[in-house]
Amino acid sequence: MSTEQPLLRLPLGFEYVLPLLQHEGDPAEPVVAVGERVLRGQVIARAEGYFSLPIHAPTSGTVTAVEPRPIPHPSGLLADCIVIEADGLDEEEQSRPAIENPAAVHPSRLRNRLRECGVAGLGGAAFPTHVKLNPTGERQAEVLIINGAQCEPYISCDDMLLRERADEVIAGVQTMLVALDCPRALVAIEADTPEAMAAVDAAIEASKDERIERVMVPTVYPEGGERQLIQTLLGREVPSGGLPIDVGAICHNVGTALAAWRAIHYGEALTERVVTVTGEGVHQPRNVIARLGTPVADLLSFCGGYTGSAERLIMGGPMMGFALSNDQIPVVKGSTCVLAASDTEVVTEKHAMPCIRCGECAEVCPASLLPQQLYWHARDRDLEEAEAYHLFDCIECGCCDVVCPSHIPLVQYFRAAKTEIWARQQERQKSELARRRYEERQARLAREAEEKKRRLEEKKASLAARKKGDKEVKSEIDAILSRVKARRQQDSGEKGD
Amino acid sequence: MIEAVLTLSGLAAAFGLVLGFAAVRFRTEGNPVADQVDALLPQTQCGQCGFPGCRPYAEAIANGEADINQCPPGGEATITALAGLLDRESKPLNPENGEEAAPTVAVIDEDVCIGCTKCIQACPVDAILGAAKQMHTVIESECTGCDLCIEPCPVDCIDMVPRRQDIGDWQPPFPDEIPQWQNKQ
Repeated sequence: MSTEQPLLRLPLGFEYVLPLLQHEGDPAEPVVAVGERVLRGQVIARAEGYFSLPIHAPTSGTVTAVEPRPIPHPSGLLADCIVIEADGLDEEEQSRPAIENPAAVHPSRLRNRLRECGVAGLGGAAFPTHVKLNPTGERQAEVLIINGAQCEPYISCDDMLLRERADEVIAGVQTMLVALDCPRALVAIEADTPEAMAAVDAAIEASKDERIERVMVPTVYPEGGERQLIQTLLGREVPSGGLPIDVGAICHNVGTALAAWRAIHYGEALTERVVTVTGEGVHQPRNVIARLGTPVADLLSFCGGYTGSAERLIMGGPMMGFALSNDQIPVVKGSTCVLAASDTEVVTEKHAMPCIRCGECAEVCPASLLPQQLYWHARDRDLEEAEAYHLFDCIECGCCDVVCPSHIPLVQYFRAAKTEIWARQQERQKSELARRRYEERQARLAREAEEKKRRLEEKKASLAARKKGDKEVKSEIDAILSRVKARRQQDSGEKGD
Repeated sequence: MIEAVLTLSGLAAAFGLVLGFAAVRFRTEGNPVADQVDALLPQTQCGQCGFPGCRPYAEAIANGEADINQCPPGGEATITALAGLLDRESKPLNPENGEEAAPTVAVIDEDVCIGCTKCIQACPVDAILGAAKQMHTVIESECTGCDLCIEPCPVDCIDMVPRRQDIGDWQPPFPDEIPQWQNKQ
């Protein structure tokens, strides 16, 4: 329902809130002070390490605070954000020159540019794009898959982007092929989006690039999942615990391709993205181009505001999204959709009943797991066993939740079990470090005690030697004294004569 | 009769030689059980178990001199792991040793610190930095939260505070730990 209206750019707001962690990896480090004036595209927080991305100002204005604010995160916790008050001028910083001919430069320069521009996967996970374009391992990228299949129902941002800006997406695909040194690209589009398909076909036609091919995939959730898409398109299964590159594939979202193109061709930082605003809780569902940091409330009021049936605000889709505690939470790089859901649209609280071992969950699992077994082990906190049943291959799509006749919140169990295992691993590492430090300290103390003992003994020995020396001197003095005495006696005897 | 005696004695001698050789050749260094136990302990080195560190406690467990429920920082998880390793019955933490608590770190009030180095000597993992008559500070990432530096401080400038929780450390709860779910199950 959000595709009936054209893609529109949201007007400038007053305040933008930029969380320091908008991507998968390490948070960025602020480089601006409160009161400083910034321009659109200016770096306001720099990347900390390889697995990190810088954050750029989405518009010109003044930094008013660097403080913890609510961010889009399932925990509902606060995290450090940079707050910018817009001045309405929207002045842009032009510090990155365009790379005119991407084919002529080294791929590392392209990756660096993407990193400088803060480009992350716009499909929802916000994984740093430069990392994904630099596959490690022996296998070369054989095929680049551009994911235009929506990851969840309700979300239509990729569809709308393709309809309106397919030529730029295709240009981005060409750049990515260069960066990856990859011979072929497939643009995957769902069967129920004929407009997007036509637009992409036209764009490929215009580019006259034979490496790029448009393919149609069925509209079945979770087709937009990376692994599922590879399975459908290539018939190859990504191994458990492996990455798509293990089967020679690399997946990127269509929005990421566009952002990559703009970063390389215009030196433009990632400061905006397409967001679907939908649900029965909003008057005019549509797709908007929103600056990063825009409060969700601005998006909703632009779309006609809440309807009476708005029950819950969800970021992401109805299957994998999470509830937002208020509408002042900002749009970030991974925000695909804001869903103002009515109570019929979301799975609200239901009575969880005991598992009847029907096996429905195993039938629908796209990763071919056994959710029922995983559930038993997660419930008993037998995490090792859950891991042995390939817990980490679960993509948390929620299909098992939906079909479960007992309404057991399976994915919640799996998510909790996964984080518990990670936490334990981290704890292990920490205790390993403590043990090493303890052992080294013990060794140091022993060494110091040993040295002290040795020094003491040396001192004793030298003292003893001195004592011995003293005795010799004394006996010599005695000898002299006795000689002198004898002489005196002799002298007095002679005198007496 | 004599053949039987000779055969058996011969066999006994042969096996004795093999075993004797194996005992020398395949001798294991150290105490493997203690190593395994030590790997499961939290390495806080706090001494709440009554032993001067995790390694001595591990050795005591391996030698059967200590029970498996004496480690408050490790808590239930450690007891379960130890019970699994040693094939024993899991049991609740011994309250004499203390209670399981959220992990903490030491923080030195640097305005009050007089630089006496007493806490540095007490720290089992060398996580306090400083020198005589110089301000001391705790390296947060290395601190195990063992409490051992609190006691020796003559000016009482060290506090134990809960370990900082990053948003990345957040753990979604298991549904059966959420009260509203419990009622409904």
